[in-house]
Parts: sequence; structure tokens; C-alpha cells
Amino acid sequence: MDTQQYTPANYKSDQPVRWCPGCGDHAILNSLHKAMAAVGVPPHKTAVISGIGCSSRLPYYMNTYGFHTIHGRAAAIATGFKVANPEMTVWQISGDGDGLAIGGNHFIHAVRRNIDINMLLLNNKIYGLTKGQYSPTSDRGFISKSSPYGTTEDPFIPAELVFGARGNFFARTIDVELGVSQEVLTAAALHKGTSVVELLQNCVIYNNGIHNFITDRENRADRTIHLEHGKKMLFGKELNRGLVQNGFLLKAVEIGKDGYTMDDVLVHDAHTPSNFLHQQLAMMDGHELPLAIGVIRDVAAPSYNEEVDRQVKEVRAKKGFDSLRSMILAGETWEVK
Amino acid sequence: MLEETKVKTLDKVVVRFSGDSGDGMQLVGNIFTNVSAGIGNEVSTFPDYPAEIRAPQGSLGGVSGFQVSVGKCVHTPGDQCDVLVAMNAAALKQNARYVKHGGVIIIDIDSFKEADLKKALYTTSDPIKELGITAQVLEVPITTMTKAALESSGLDNKSILKCRNFFALGLVCWLFDRPMESVLRFLKNKFAKKPAIYEANAKVLQAGHDYGHNIHAGVSTYRIESESARPGVYTDINGNTATAWGLIMASEKSGRPLFLGSYPITPATDILHELAKRKDLGVKAVQMEDEIAGVCSAIGASFAGNLAVTSTSGPGLALKSEGIGLAVIAELPLVVIDVQRGGPSTGLPTKTEQTDLLQALYGRNGESPVCVVAPASPTDCFTMAFEAARIAMEHMTPVILLSDAFIGNGSSAWRIPEADEYPEIKPPYLPQERIDAGGWRPYERRQDNKVRYWAIPGTEGAAHRLGGLEKDYNTGAISTDPLNHEKMVYTRSEKIARIAHDIPALELLGDADADILLTGWGGTYGHLRTAVVELQQQGKKVAFTHFRYINPLPANTAELLGRFKKVVVAELNTGQFADYLQGKFPNVKIERINKVQGQPFLVKEITDGLLQIMNQD
Repeated sequence: MDTQQYTPANYKSDQPVRWCPGCGDHAILNSLHKAMAAVGVPPHKTAVISGIGCSSRLPYYMNTYGFHTIHGRAAAIATGFKVANPEMTVWQISGDGDGLAIGGNHFIHAVRRNIDINMLLLNNKIYGLTKGQYSPTSDRGFISKSSPYGTTEDPFIPAELVFGARGNFFARTIDVELGVSQEVLTAAALHKGTSVVELLQNCVIYNNGIHNFITDRENRADRTIHLEHGKKMLFGKELNRGLVQNGFLLKAVEIGKDGYTMDDVLVHDAHTPSNFLHQQLAMMDGHELPLAIGVIRDVAAPSYNEEVDRQVKEVRAKKGFDSLRSMILAGETWEVK
Repeated sequence: MLEETKVKTLDKVVVRFSGDSGDGMQLVGNIFTNVSAGIGNEVSTFPDYPAEIRAPQGSLGGVSGFQVSVGKCVHTPGDQCDVLVAMNAAALKQNARYVKHGGVIIIDIDSFKEADLKKALYTTSDPIKELGITAQVLEVPITTMTKAALESSGLDNKSILKCRNFFALGLVCWLFDRPMESVLRFLKNKFAKKPAIYEANAKVLQAGHDYGHNIHAGVSTYRIESESARPGVYTDINGNTATAWGLIMASEKSGRPLFLGSYPITPATDILHELAKRKDLGVKAVQMEDEIAGVCSAIGASFAGNLAVTSTSGPGLALKSEGIGLAVIAELPLVVIDVQRGGPSTGLPTKTEQTDLLQALYGRNGESPVCVVAPASPTDCFTMAFEAARIAMEHMTPVILLSDAFIGNGSSAWRIPEADEYPEIKPPYLPQERIDAGGWRPYERRQDNKVRYWAIPGTEGAAHRLGGLEKDYNTGAISTDPLNHEKMVYTRSEKIARIAHDIPALELLGDADADILLTGWGGTYGHLRTAVVELQQQGKKVAFTHFRYINPLPANTAELLGRFKKVVVAELNTGQFADYLQGKFPNVKIERINKVQGQPFLVKEITDGLLQIMNQD
């Protein structure tokens, strides 16, 4: 076991970072370096695999094994990598276009398979690298270069896809929430199985301020809630607001008002196998109910790669072949002398 | 009793089993093949099955066939058969044309009732006359006799009818004097978990054999010559299994774990099936969500340090193009297996063709050369899969293996190689001294063969980034420099070209002093070689060479082709390899023999074609 301590600097490559000044990706990169140092997996035991898009440039800025691949396929490439070399810790970086449009199929199947990788979904609701087309997470009616009159389609909500694909880990953060980002990235790394982290990220050039409704300093405390396992679901500047159960649904209340007390406020259980409440929490959007950040779901389940290794071990022990030749000789053969 | 029967002694015989796709023709064909191989015959098989799993019973579209040639000097499943088994009227209609003059046709007369004839679209009530059959027809009440044999078995009618194929097999085994104990051994293995079914089939098999005895006067039996094969332990193997095993051998010889990322597609799926079973040898075969994920997971596995493979057929190769391009620019080892079938689009999924050659060579964006190899026969799939893996790893490149439905499904007897018959594979691992010296960059390459080093993830001091963006020749960082890009394009191309020094030279067979050289590539080898032998027997002079390495071509290609006045390229497409050779060797006079019917060549088509070209002068 490697006992060396690592600092965030150990994970930084010597390449100049080429994202636009003010891009949310800078903060996310810093949070990732910090989370990696906190978890302590050595850089040479770490692989970072990305698709195509602005955010997918990230592997070049890591002093780890890295692979900047092709559009949409990072999840499939990361899957093969992890199955082939399970000793490595694998991070997959995608944007909303890479992960949910061209790579949508690989995304849901990686989650369903529960391959042990950490998938970071950097969601800026726009195609930046191709200079400003709407993405599968752009809201209905969104005006862009490829939707000059507004889109006529509904967006994906990434969390909903994760739950639809029976995912066991989902967390969300915002580029500007450095502490939460480091916390959820660390939790994602520690979770065995597919960990999906949605990072709401601002594109300063093509979609500046898209997350302002929730990220504005003025309103952020009232429009977001930081969920932590085992803690009360409280939010607001004074932490005087909370989430309570209202039939099968959730409701935001003010403590001490309308007869609600602290006892009524729900305690977050990220580990409960049922995803019913997790889904409701993940679907909150900052309007009626605050947008949830933090680890929303973190449930233990067998990972694909562990199961493959277990099967290999079991079958090998049972059949006991030591080579191709011994396997073939155990079948139908005849000898010519 | 046997003395009353006419006995024909032949070098080789061809038997074709045909029936509904649910009649078990492939099974009895396989057993007949295995038993024949087991007594020292050479064998070559050709399963010819419909794309529909179960087309309507008795219909023309649902006919499934299995042809096998057994004897000595067997290189093909044969153009025409000596004996045809037709389990119903539709099977007879589809297959009568394959019977040799003077051959024997065995039909289940119980399946030639009025309704059966109607289903098979006969227009008269006499199918034999209607089809103009001149062969000897043996009308056997197979269904009736199967039912009689199993009267007291307690099986239901449906299960009883499923045993009909073994009656036919029993009869054919009598005809060719196959050892029944060996047939029973195969049967017992096959139905090890269903003793009742084994008993029933064994009983029907014996009934078919006995029936042969009793009708002996009416038909000839055959004695088949066999040649003494090279000593060793043998097994019967089809091309797809051989491909899978060749990869495992390469994994053992390189020490790299084997990973397959794949998605089911006819006729390549059996490679996935076999490698999925081989978890018992540590193989990891992952059924991914689509073809693209198949190749991409393999690329991930390759970056991770495995011998990485993806298997598919033509439509899947089209989907994998972008992924293969990534492996080209990242310079990662990758084996892509294309078991070719009829195209374009979904085309003829179960039929054979050689129409993916240009797709394999050129079907990618940008200048993206890859190595292309093609096995010549079912057993050669083992060798060429090994070679594909060796070249991929030792030269850090994608290699496309162009197999096809004919050799993928076809089988022959195969001598199991001894452990030391195949060489060690030595991937260009990044040396520890190079890491220690510092300053290593991922595209640093050996000067002799232009191959970059393979740094396996997990190695301390060798963390590096690869990617689909063009990289600087020296630093490995992203580069859009025009001259650097051109240098990288030529370097990647030169790396592939230099593989020519690491593959065997072309071999010349036949008459070295002939004016005409017959050539082809991949799975047509058996037919081409047989055609040359037949022409030589007719006193014609013809030379022959066969290509298993397509890109790069063997180093002596130009010299060898240049020796002949005419080079005739025979292939199962409209001339893709001929065009390729003509482009590379404009001074060689190239003639063509082409066929695009979803079926392998008949030897006669090649001999006729060659004679025609010879007579032009």
C-alpha cells in the first residue's frame, strides 16, 4: 500500500490550461486536484478519460494517465479501461453534449452496469467548442445559433437519467461551490461503482449566467440546499428553512412558522436503497424547492468489474486449466501417431 | 450382405444435409464431420443457413444446409455433392442442383405430400421430374420409421419428430462405413444432460443404419481414402473458434491479458461466445451496448495494457471506423476482427463475401493506415489471429483481420500446436532505464521500425496523456503545426510500411515457369489451390500465390508478380484486391475472376475462368 501523501500539485500537469478566462472549468479542475489529493490514490494509479468538448480537454491538465478520446465515447473507453486494469482509479470527464447527446447510450449503460468509475458531467447547457448550439440540457425555448427561434424540445435532467438507469451514486455541485465540489468528488472517488457527479458550470462566452438563478450570491442560500448524509435538510441564509414530507411529496417550510418545528425536518439518508426520495430531491430545481447539491444518493452495490473478476476467479478454480492447450485437450480430440 | 453392395472407392466424397432450419441439419453434419476427422479423413465444411431463425416450416426460405467434404487432399467443401439428404420437398428443391451426375439423393418421402409440395411451390405432383433430377433417388419413409422406432419410448410426437435427423445420419453413416461407436460417443456428449433424448436419438440412429443394410442392393456404398496426417493430437475446429483461440495463444505468448469488447452480429458472434466461455483462461469478454462501444471499450483496454480485441462483421466495422482512427493516432495496439458477410447495409447476413477489403484499408477519415491481414482457411484463422495480435502489439497499431462467413463457420481437422510452436510476442514496453533517465515523451519512437513505446498505466514515472488531437513529434503535446502534422502522417504511414520486414514472403506454388499466375486473398485459398491442381492435372501450366497479408504486402510482392505475363486475381467481390494491386503495381497485367453471390467459389468457376483467360492469347 502506498503511504505517500500527495498534494494537489502532484496531480497537475505542466501544460498551460487553455480554457477561457472566467470559465467554470478552472474551478472544477482545482476542486478535482484537491479531491484527488484528499483521497490519496497516487497519480500513476489514476486515469482520466474524456470525450470531446471544452471540458474534455481536462486530461491534458492532469499529471496522471490520461486519454482525450472521441466525441461521446469516453464512458465506453473508461469501461474497457477499468475492466482491463481494475487496479487503476478511473475518472471520466464529459460535458452535457458529449455525455448526454452523442454519448447518451454509453452513459446510461455504464450507469446500469455499475462499472467502478467516477463520471463527471460538466453541465453548462450549451455547446461551447462548436460555438454556441443548444444542448440536450438546454431548457425548452432556449435560443441559440442552432435554435434561433427557441428550441421546441424538452431537456434531459441528468439525475433523472441516472435513476432511470438504476444508478447507485448521484451527486451535484456548482462550479463556484468549491467546498461542496471537493466534498462530492471525494465521495464519488470512495464509492465503488459508477459515481455520477453533475457539475453545473458557467460558460462565460456562449451561455454566461445560465445558472444565475441559483448561483446569484443574493439568492443562492434560498435556492439551493446542501444535502449531507445523516443531517437535517436545512437551507436558507440562517438555515431556518427545511424540507418536510407532504404526502408523497416534499415541501419547503420555515421552522417555527405554520406549526413546523425542527423535528418535522427530514434527515437525509443517502444510503437507503430506495431511490424514491432521492429522485424527488434530485428533481428540485430552485423554484418551488431548492436545488439540491451534495451527495444525493450513495448506495453500495456490486460493481461490474468486481463481478467479472470474481467470476474469472471462480471459473478458473473450478475448471483448473493452466493454458489454452490444456483447455483444448480436455475437449473432443483424437491422436494421429 | 455387404458383398452384394457395389463399393466405390473415392479420394473424397461430399455429403450435403438439408432440411428445415429446425431439423437439426447442422448438428448431424457436425457429427458426421467429427467422426470422419476422427478416423483420419481430412474434412472441410460449409454450413449454409438462412438468416431467419425459424422461417415457416417446409418453406423454401427456411431451408438450412450443411455440406462437408471428407477424404484426402480436401481443401474445400466441394462444388457438388455425391450424396444429398433432403428432409423435405423444399430442401430438395433448393439443393438438387448441387448433386453430382451419378450421385445419390436421400429424401424423406413422408414429407412429399401434396401440402408439402404446395408449400415448396412445386407446380406438378412429381417433384423429381419437375426438377429434372437424374441422380439416383432413395425414397425413405424417414418420419414413419422414426415414429415406429420410438413407438414405445413414451416421448410425445413433437419430441419424436425431432429425432428424424438421426435416422438420416444413421443411413449416411452406413453408406460411408463410419464407426457407429464413435457417432454414439459424440451423441452422448451432446445430450449428456438429457439421457432420455440421447436414448431416443441413439435408437433412431441405429434404425437408420439398419435400414441401410436392408436396402443395400439398391445403392452403392463408398470407401473413402485417407492420407496419413502429421502425427499429433487433433480436434475439429471452425474458423471463428480458431480465431478466438489464436488470440488466447497470443495472450499467453505476450503475457498481456486478453480483453474482447463486442456486440453480437452474424456471422461473427461465435467469437464472442467462445471468448465469453474462456473466463476459465482469464479472458474478459464484455458484451457492450453497441458496436461503437465494442471498439471503444477495446481501445480503453488497450490503453490500460491489455491485448484488446473487438469482433464484428461489415456493418459493425463501418460503425467502428472513428474508433479505429483513434487507435491509429494514439498508436495503440488493437485487433479488429471482421467476419465478412454479404453487403451493402444489412445485405446477406449469413452469406459469405470479400467485399469489406476497401473498407478495411481506407474506410476512415484522414490518412489513417492500418495493418490488414486475412486468414486463408478455418484453421489458418488461428495463425492469422495470432499474427494480428502479434503485429498489433509489436508495432503498436490497429490490425484488421478479414475473415469471412465461409471460413468462420466452416471447419476442418486441426492439429493442436505444441506450446513452443508459436513465438514469444515482445511488445515494445517502455524500458525502466528510459523512465529513470527522465524526459520521456509518449510519442518517442524506435528508429528501426518507427514504433513508439507502450507505457502500461500503473507504472510509476510513466504517466502520460494520449488523445485524438494531433501531437508534436518530439514533445507529445497538442500541435497544429503544419509541418509537424505532415511529419506525423508520414511517420504513421512508414510505421505500417515497415511491418513488411516482419511478415513472411509470398510463396509460389504450381508451375514457376507458367505464363499465368493465379492469386487471391483470404478465405478463397482452398478453392483457388484446388483449381490449380485440377488444371495441372489437365496438363495446363499455372502458378499460384495467395495473400494473407494485405497491408503491408509481403516484401517480395512486386518481384513475384513481375515474373508473370498475366496475374489473375480471383475474389468474391467486384475486383477490390485487383484494383489495389493494380494501383500499387501499374505495370503488372491483371485479369479478374469475380463472384458476388453470397456463396463461395466453385472450383469449376475458377478453372473455367482461367481457361478462358488462357485461351485469349
